[in-house]
Amino acid sequence: MVFEYAPAPESAAIVDVRPSYGLFVGGEFTDGHGEPFKSVNPADETVLAEIARADEGDVDRAVAAARTAFERVWGPMPGAERAKYLYRIARIVQERSRELAVLESIDNGKPIRESRDVDVPLVAAHFFYYAGWADKLGHAGFGPDPRPLGVAGQIIPWNFPLLMLAWKIAPALACGNTVVLKPAETTPLTALLFADICRQADLPPGVVNIVTGAGDTGRALAEHPGVDKVAFTGSTDVGRQIARSAAGTAKRLTLELGGKAANIVFEDAALDQAVEGVVNGIFFNQGHVCCAGSRLLVQESVAEELLERLKTRMATLRVGDPLDKNTDVGAINSAAQLARIRELADAGEAEGAERWSPPCELPPQGFWFAPTVFTGVAQSHRIAREEIFGPVLSMLTFRTPEEAVTKANNTPYGLSAGIWTEKGSRILWTAQRLRAGVVWANTFNKFDPASPFGGYKESGFGREGGRHGLEGYLDA
Amino acid sequence: MPVADFGDAGVVSTETLNGVAELRAFLRGLPGVDEVGASERAARLATRSIKTSAKAEAIDLAISMVDLTTLEGADTAGKVRALCAKAAHPDPADASVPRVAAVCVYPDMVDVAVRALDGTGIGVASVATAFPSGRAPLAAKLADTRAAVEAGAAEIDMVIDRGAFLSGDLGKVFDEIAAVKDACGAAHLKVILETGELATLDNVRRASWLAMRAGADFIKTSTGKVAPAATLPVTLVMLEAVRDHRAATGRQVGVKPAGGIRTTKDAVKYLVLVNETAGPDWLSPEWFRLGASSVLNDLLMQRRKLATGAYPGPDYFTLD
Repeated sequence: MVFEYAPAPESAAIVDVRPSYGLFVGGEFTDGHGEPFKSVNPADETVLAEIARADEGDVDRAVAAARTAFERVWGPMPGAERAKYLYRIARIVQERSRELAVLESIDNGKPIRESRDVDVPLVAAHFFYYAGWADKLGHAGFGPDPRPLGVAGQIIPWNFPLLMLAWKIAPALACGNTVVLKPAETTPLTALLFADICRQADLPPGVVNIVTGAGDTGRALAEHPGVDKVAFTGSTDVGRQIARSAAGTAKRLTLELGGKAANIVFEDAALDQAVEGVVNGIFFNQGHVCCAGSRLLVQESVAEELLERLKTRMATLRVGDPLDKNTDVGAINSAAQLARIRELADAGEAEGAERWSPPCELPPQGFWFAPTVFTGVAQSHRIAREEIFGPVLSMLTFRTPEEAVTKANNTPYGLSAGIWTEKGSRILWTAQRLRAGVVWANTFNKFDPASPFGGYKESGFGREGGRHGLEGYLDA
Repeated sequence: MPVADFGDAGVVSTETLNGVAELRAFLRGLPGVDEVGASERAARLATRSIKTSAKAEAIDLAISMVDLTTLEGADTAGKVRALCAKAAHPDPADASVPRVAAVCVYPDMVDVAVRALDGTGIGVASVATAFPSGRAPLAAKLADTRAAVEAGAAEIDMVIDRGAFLSGDLGKVFDEIAAVKDACGAAHLKVILETGELATLDNVRRASWLAMRAGADFIKTSTGKVAPAATLPVTLVMLEAVRDHRAATGRQVGVKPAGGIRTTKDAVKYLVLVNETAGPDWLSPEWFRLGASSVLNDLLMQRRKLATGAYPGPDYFTLD
């Protein structure tokens, strides 16, 4: 029999989306002076809200508010006191988790299963984790009494809007900095709900400021002379611009940029779990993951068998309504991103790789792309070199472990990698030779606030998470 | 040339007394199972949300897959007859409720059950081979099996010799299963792996293949007498095994989790696991069973809740 799952939508009624949003500066929502823009639900292209655009003057106001809060309140406050606010924020995130998850799925297009089970719990975990550090900074290995930097300008991407906010704000606040954060243009809503959570937690005004806008707003923030620290997560191109603008200034900089991770499956891997890991590595969050396992390297002796299992598994992926609790793959975040994915996938075909997607019906409205795997991919193909940032997997094969490592490292990026084998010594041998900031063994896309995350080469520098994540926000 | 028939493994030469060695090499050569990954996969599938029409379908399917079981020393003929009546008409107040798949009893109760179920189309399954421990000479196990078949059992649930399996005496386990299969005649053979005693998922996969190659028609998780009984990760691995076995040999083998399945939610989780692991071909009582008894009343309660919108109290359903 055919077991059809009836629609099981999470109710959107739990979240109250306002028709328009201002900037969050000095503890108040204020008007922006740029031309407002709209945030769209990528699953059906409806407009969710009108969002204020911060111009240079607005950014200036926000930085000034952060400076005042840093000098008068947050910087002098004992760590144990700062921790109380962070714990409070973490608890409120947990209490309002359904609201946050639904809003994240509506604004971003990611399945509710992921926003509910991954994004929001990790957000709370990050605040809890860094709350614990706030009064123990002297024991973090950066000197007996490390000082905060001051005002941090933070620019985050659209793929994990709230989670990237947490990765940025939690360590900055724990260390005693104040922040001006710019969420991505297409996904500002959860950051603005977070502003409300800051007020609910009675966080002193100006400690967290949120300015919405596009690239211009980001540039104004990154280049603002009153910013002591710039933290950016996003594309390598923009990262380069920011690095250029910060060069020659006293600003500290951490960059978390693109990736083209290799997921290496050896012949002795636990194949069923490797297939799960490959699927999770590339189709998690529609492949909008900087550390996505977008290059599958399979030992040729098991390549055929693995591909067959992979295709069978891909055929069970449920693509559709992000709010349906049974959806595995949601909507592509924006029309622009969809066009980019299409262009690269077409280039893959044109360059001679073989393209396969399971039969799957895509909704008529919104931005959608079927899970896709390319076989017969060469290292020289664009789909093996460029970050696609979509649900597109390129499969290559290797014969020896040396070849696997050589191919895995043959990329300008170096953010993450995966190793699948039942042999412990092979995990260690391979991990030592991979030039990637994070190496997962027999798992993929596993995140924990205690674990540092960051890249090699063009994937950026600096680490977020764990004790290492404190360094970027301390005068160490 | 001396040969031994290894079921689906084919006819293997024993000229150099290699049969068992080849079997062992085959089982050891199976891909490993990563426990963390398998548990994560099972847990993720358990978050599927089965509502409204899908839930109604799933409940009826689950009822039709139940092997309604009583395996107590205190079983009486009267209790078995009552169970049989319930098997045929799980909800006397509602004729649209499907009947269950089978009634599962000890061998000495088979004839009682056969008479009680006459004309209902429900088969009688009997545990055999010194259930639940399996600690008896092979001759006694075969006699146990034959007695159950002669009394009219259509299905035999045997237990494997876990001691032999764990000590590496795979040939003994294989030979016993093959001998019991032979003694079953036309009756279907379900092989109970007792996964709670096999300890690792690697062992579950190996034991599954061993049983299938020796001729099992079904592989079953547990006796219900050992904790843990059926779990989702164990069933996931067994479903992968039957899927791979059919792909390799063309022969389809059924799966039966047993023990610990108490609620409609539990049952639906197993159906989702089947649907997304082995596939829809296994979604029928012919290929998937739920070894349980208390789950039936919960399925009936949820069924009536869906139909009427209100929960009936437990007293509206018979205890056995």
